[in-house]
Amino acid sequence: MSILVIAEHDNSELKQATLNVVAAAKAIGGDIDVLVAGENCGAVGEAAAKAEGVNKVLVADNAVYGHFLGENLGELVAEVGKSYSHILAAAGTVGKDFMPRVAALLDVAQVSDIMRVESEDTFVRPIYAGNAIATVKSTDSIKVITVRPTAFDPVAGEGGSAAVEQLDVVKDAGLSAFVNEELAKSDRPDLGSAGIVVSGGRGMQNGDNFKMLEQVADLLGAAVGASRAAVDAGFVPNDMQVGQTGKIVAPQLYIAVGISGAIQHLAGMSDSKVIVAINKDEEAPIFQVADYGLVADLFEAVPQLEEELKKVL
Amino acid sequence: MKVLVAVKRVIDYNVKVRVKPDNTGVDLANVKMAMNPFCEIAVEEAVRLKEKGVASEIVVVSIGPKACQEQIRTALALGADRGIHIETDEEVQSLEAAKLLKSVVEKEEPKLVILGKQSIDSDNNQTGQMLAALTGMGQGTFASEVVVEGEKVNVTREVDGGLMTVALNLPAVVTTDLRLNEPRYASLPNIMKAKKKQLDSMTPADLGVELAPRLSTLKVEAPASRQAGVKVADVAELVDKLKNEAKVI
Ligand SMILES: Cc1cc2nc3c(=O)[nH]c(=O)nc-3n(C[C@H](O)[C@H](O)[C@H](O)COP(=O)(O)OP(=O)(O)OC[C@H]3O[C@@H](n4cnc5c(N)ncnc54)[C@H](O)[C@@H]3O)c2cc1C
Repeated sequence: MSILVIAEHDNSELKQATLNVVAAAKAIGGDIDVLVAGENCGAVGEAAAKAEGVNKVLVADNAVYGHFLGENLGELVAEVGKSYSHILAAAGTVGKDFMPRVAALLDVAQVSDIMRVESEDTFVRPIYAGNAIATVKSTDSIKVITVRPTAFDPVAGEGGSAAVEQLDVVKDAGLSAFVNEELAKSDRPDLGSAGIVVSGGRGMQNGDNFKMLEQVADLLGAAVGASRAAVDAGFVPNDMQVGQTGKIVAPQLYIAVGISGAIQHLAGMSDSKVIVAINKDEEAPIFQVADYGLVADLFEAVPQLEEELKKVL
Repeated sequence: MKVLVAVKRVIDYNVKVRVKPDNTGVDLANVKMAMNPFCEIAVEEAVRLKEKGVASEIVVVSIGPKACQEQIRTALALGADRGIHIETDEEVQSLEAAKLLKSVVEKEEPKLVILGKQSIDSDNNQTGQMLAALTGMGQGTFASEVVVEGEKVNVTREVDGGLMTVALNLPAVVTTDLRLNEPRYASLPNIMKAKKKQLDSMTPADLGVELAPRLSTLKVEAPASRQAGVKVADVAELVDKLKNEAKVI
């Protein structure tokens, strides 16, 4: 078996999710190559070569891949991937965008968002917002798979010494063009891989009040997340949404503040190791999954939390 | 321009899902079904494009058993002009759905195809992208804004880092995210009117597509359930537990 892992990166840094996907590839077994497609992404190729368990790194460095347009990546990955038994990418917004195109171009199914590998052709994945867990077997000759990064412990990012090869495959589908992007700038850790996440919901009442959560997060070295209601209401940007249709997180500690615990929210965080809920409604469903529940008004509890943390950290 | 919208009948998002005791799937007997929420957003976007004078006709298509006609009628009541039902009682996987939709696209020649980014049953997030690849169209996935300008459509997409806007040549595929719009409710007169709108029914065989699922579901289980923990009396106790019991801070 030979596995092609598509690296997730921003042209300068390899994202940790790639190391989680390599871990999923190791669970399948076989030679693992990593494809880095981007523009001026040489450093990413070098970083991928150091990842544990990687056999070879292929770098497709061209302006047509600079913004990870699904049309171009789809053609590239279908072309490069057709000689592999498995093609894997992280189930982030880039992977979700181009991987189904790869599957369609190769006339195979895609297995989305796997959380476990049972064998080379059988995988476990969540359905119905994680309220059911399906074991699916693929009969296709090439398996196109997106991987839920938080479900696999990352391989080491250092120590490997894979060969790096330049690929001269330029696929410009000519269907789409990048116009602009507004990326959130934050010095906090990445939501998807942070060890601690502090999330706020509709109970926060407005965007300014999220500052309270940010202060707590900064004490803990945590990322800040949100419920859909908080994003829809405009308190915080969309990239902070945790849930079925937002980001999936599984930190060591998840603190839900003013979040009721709708199934769609739980789908994104219920694999966290320890869950804390702060909510003034003792009937809120979030308490059914919380390891530690505090029934309190968040406007009193969060400033107190900041003070208490300062004492012990 | 003509807009094609694909809609799916799924379990209502408020329903608590239960896994069947024999682990063959999820219990759908006597469960409330509804249009997939992302598909509602797709219909709404098409209707808004028509209200702006950008779209001239909205065709709505659904694949599945006879009962899907309910969701098609809902879309017609919301403002779609005409319905197509591809009737089958078989399980339809994303690649097959994309192939069926491709044959509809070839017949109808829409300028824009709008789909939900994922359906809340299988949570696959695939069909729109597969359709785009099979028809050689560009795709604006996870859309939070759609602006048609001449022969192009600008789609602002919700991506992991924030927002990204792409310009696509028409015809193109758009898949909707939650914040694209807030769907309206159908009014009673419109529900009545929808009953008279044209709805054509056909089978996958009529479209020359053979259903050949590539994935088989071996079993479906309930997720490992979390135990509710303890309630703490105050913040001091919480911090103490996090530090000394859970040891996570
Ligand atoms: C298709 C679909 C996809 C969805 N995807 C997602 C998703 O990915 N992520 C997601 O989060 N949701 C998602 N949702 C929405 C989900 O169903 C809920 O509506 C949402 O999670 C509710 O957010 P919330 O808990 O912040 O708000 P609410 O349910 O309104 O809860 C607010 C909570 O704050 C508490 N509160 C209020 N004031 C205070 C106070 N002063 N002190 C303490 N507590 C207070 C209240 O008691 C309440 O429990 C989706 C819905 C659909 C239909």
